[in-house]
Amino acid sequence: MSTTTPPITPPSSPHSPSSSGGGGGEVNYINATKGIKSWMFTVDHKRIGLMYMVGVMSAYGLGGLFAILLRSELWNPEPSFIGGAEAGTTEAMNNAWDFYNQAFTLHGAVMVFLFIIPAIPAILGNMVLPIMLGAKDVAFPRLNLLSFYFWVLGGLFFVWVLSKGIINSFYPGMIEIWGPGGLETGWTFYTPYSTTTQNSAVVAATFGAFILGFSSILTGLNFIATVHMLRPKGMGWFQLPLFLWALYATAIIQILATPVLAITLLLLIAEKTLGVGIFNPALGGDAVLYQHFFWFYSHPAVYIMILPALGIISEVVSVHSRKSIFGYKFIAISSLAIAFLGFLVWGHHMFTSGQSALTNAVFSLITFFVAVPSAIKTFNWIATMYKGDIRITTPFIYILFTIGLFTIGGLTGLFLGCLSTDIHFHDTYFVVAHFHYVMMGSTLFAFLAGVYHWFPKMFGKMYNVFWSNLGGIIAFIGFQLAFFIQFIAGSQGMPRRYASYPEHFEFYHQVSTVGAYTMGAGMIIVLLTWIVALRTGKKAPANPWGGNTLEWHTTSPPPTANFHAEPTAEEPYDYSGWKYVSPEEGWVQRTPEEREAARQQLGTGH
Amino acid sequence: MTQVTDSHTDDHTGHAGHDDHEHHGPPHLAHHFETPEQQLSSAKLGMWVFLATEILMFGGLFCAYSVWRGNHPEVFAYAHTALNKDFGFINTIFLITSSFTMAWAVRTAQLGRTKATFILMGLTLLGGCGFLVVKTFEYKAKWDHHLFVGDLNEHHPDYVAPAEAAHGEADGDHGAVDEHATIEQTAADHGAADHGTSDASVEVAGETTGETAGEIVGGAERTSIALAPDGPAGVVADWMVAPVIAGETADAGHADDHAADGTDEHGAHGEAAADAGHADAHGGGHGDGHSVSKEIVPLKDRQKIHQFFQIYFLMTGLHTFHVLVGMGVIAWLMFCKVPKGIFGPGYYTPIDLVGLYWHLVDLIWIFLFPLLYLIH
Ligand SMILES: [Cu+2]
Repeated sequence: MSTTTPPITPPSSPHSPSSSGGGGGEVNYINATKGIKSWMFTVDHKRIGLMYMVGVMSAYGLGGLFAILLRSELWNPEPSFIGGAEAGTTEAMNNAWDFYNQAFTLHGAVMVFLFIIPAIPAILGNMVLPIMLGAKDVAFPRLNLLSFYFWVLGGLFFVWVLSKGIINSFYPGMIEIWGPGGLETGWTFYTPYSTTTQNSAVVAATFGAFILGFSSILTGLNFIATVHMLRPKGMGWFQLPLFLWALYATAIIQILATPVLAITLLLLIAEKTLGVGIFNPALGGDAVLYQHFFWFYSHPAVYIMILPALGIISEVVSVHSRKSIFGYKFIAISSLAIAFLGFLVWGHHMFTSGQSALTNAVFSLITFFVAVPSAIKTFNWIATMYKGDIRITTPFIYILFTIGLFTIGGLTGLFLGCLSTDIHFHDTYFVVAHFHYVMMGSTLFAFLAGVYHWFPKMFGKMYNVFWSNLGGIIAFIGFQLAFFIQFIAGSQGMPRRYASYPEHFEFYHQVSTVGAYTMGAGMIIVLLTWIVALRTGKKAPANPWGGNTLEWHTTSPPPTANFHAEPTAEEPYDYSGWKYVSPEEGWVQRTPEEREAARQQLGTGH
Repeated sequence: MTQVTDSHTDDHTGHAGHDDHEHHGPPHLAHHFETPEQQLSSAKLGMWVFLATEILMFGGLFCAYSVWRGNHPEVFAYAHTALNKDFGFINTIFLITSSFTMAWAVRTAQLGRTKATFILMGLTLLGGCGFLVVKTFEYKAKWDHHLFVGDLNEHHPDYVAPAEAAHGEADGDHGAVDEHATIEQTAADHGAADHGTSDASVEVAGETTGETAGEIVGGAERTSIALAPDGPAGVVADWMVAPVIAGETADAGHADDHAADGTDEHGAHGEAAADAGHADAHGGGHGDGHSVSKEIVPLKDRQKIHQFFQIYFLMTGLHTFHVLVGMGVIAWLMFCKVPKGIFGPGYYTPIDLVGLYWHLVDLIWIFLFPLLYLIH
């Protein structure tokens, strides 16, 4: 393993990938082999990434559908989805509550476990991590495939829970046969409710989450080994692209936090099936222990969701501003700092669970510390854009949205990290809005930015810029409509997780619901642009943005072994080596002489 | 100049590259690695990362253990004496020895000594088997004495006593007492003697001399919790019963004193005679003067005794599962891979990795043993 950092100089004989790109009949990872088996048993990290993409986006569609249903239920103050019952009766209320509880649980669980956590690492990380390292594959390709199938298996458990609930609602007689379906514990599976409810779906869903944890662990393990062992000579730790720093920090959280979730869920299953009672005060256990265990995983998990997104921001901001990233080391180290601090703040989820005042104060203080590395990143992105040669491309627009959402989400986090205000905001829509801004808004838009950034590389096709931008703008407006007003509703005292509410909250909820529909429409446009681009998109050049990380040094899409010739490790954010030719050719490499001249002129480089 | 010069090109293009290594690498070198050393280091790093996840997973259980123990130290001090230290000690020896043979096997694999590797891995496997056999006896004894997991533990509030025991008087009702007398049976070869022991104890319980029973059991018993049967009403009486736990060095010679002790101390609770009989029969005396009675557990906490066993079974159960997995992998390598003679100085990664895993399993036991069996 080389950690030396020899001076970076331009290659003596620049290889020009775009010239070897070209012809339509070229062999790449997508068309190298054919047939369903060549995909199902592939160990190619890029194909595995694509399979994840199909699966994870389906999960996103499912989670989104529940979101739409939830917001529809909340259009009126009265319970809306009351099954066959007569309005106003107790039965109607019960039906509505049952439905609502199941819908928000499955929305949360599917979005968290099946979409946000795997979205960026498993799709984009799998796709570009080895290429950015100039490697042929991840360190353990077969493990990578195994992790995908774990994801599928875990997902099937959720689908099972879900379909049971749906079938039960159509054929109530089935309840006698296989018990109630759906899942109404909330994605956190808090005890004692989750262990005392008669609903057998808890075990299935928990076991599903357990398996998904394995998938997450294996991906993280693979990324750590790959980053450690497969860096090319000349790429020291501080020549790593920042996206890889982010994935590396994420992987550390994945391997250190997820096992604790695994044992927590095993204990929960033991609790439910055997009645061991470790979390049950009636049996001598400790109910708050479950919350400690759960948040020991799930707070770091929030950083599993957001850190890769922050990595994408660093890449996209630099490439599309055509300016070397400002404060490289600060951004790199701040990823690790967030990962580290992430392990010390879980108690801020339990300020009202009866922790001691001292514990609360300590957790609150450390929570505030998280703001420091987050702010370092944000300032560095803005400093990178400052005086940059900014191109308002689709990825850049999405990244601007991301930074905006992340800032709002981060700043409102301070209100929740602060003890006195948290007592007030606890379990209100303020919390809902906060974590949707951070987890959903930031991560989703960064994920979309990443897809648009690497779409040409992944598929060798360009997308329609107008519709892609429009989809993003509509989704962004929808998001703000849906969630910003929830801060206000929450601060007015609207509690979360209720199917009905006092009438004076109706306006807030209706705005929110309109926002959700708008966002849904935006997301459908985004998805359509992808599908249209795949079918009819123009051929993408090898380097459409002029990026200098190694994935832009190979063809679009890359061959199965990623590179036609061994790539040269370079300073990832030095753009002096590329010149723009045309939309078809994209950016091509300069000769060393041209490059030197460009450097002198631009004063970039180090 | 940072050009990577020492590498092969990919297989899918005709581009001229640095062809000298292409397709000529060692047989076990995967295409995306450049040297066997890099491959071995990657595999080892991956294994260490995996072991870190294992430690964190067990860490959750250790955490649950600490929290519970911190909350209820007396319950722990009482309940943990039900575990048999000798069994634990033997198992520790089994695992440490097998760890040693495993490490040795890695070395012989590295040297390409196939036969020695085979034998040493076989010994490792035997160590694992020994561990499992002992563990089976331990679990069986817990099962027999209703100290099992969940509501199969008689201290669990949802525990349903077997039918005859529900309304059995101690004296004269053989079955009832047999079921209810909770005795932690111990020595390795006394799995069968166990029942006889309980029966014997019941028989003598009706009389007043514990001598006979003491002799029957003799030095076989190590630690025991003897509970008198329910009082007729059987409400809280269940928790009031008097246990007597004998120390390490059982000695039949002390049986009489002990019976007397039991009677004196716990005469107030339930059936004194039966109580004494049990204590005697199974305790076999206070050889080292170490005795823990249920009295040390506050009345309100007695329902929590079962929690110790829940934690015990979860921790040792998960550990035993890991032992099984390790044995499976060792057996697979030993019978399917080692005889082919493929391991040598150039390639011994699988043996090395399973060795690391086996050491971790050993290490976790090294923590489990004192935490569960020894300290109080
Ligand atoms: Cu948190």
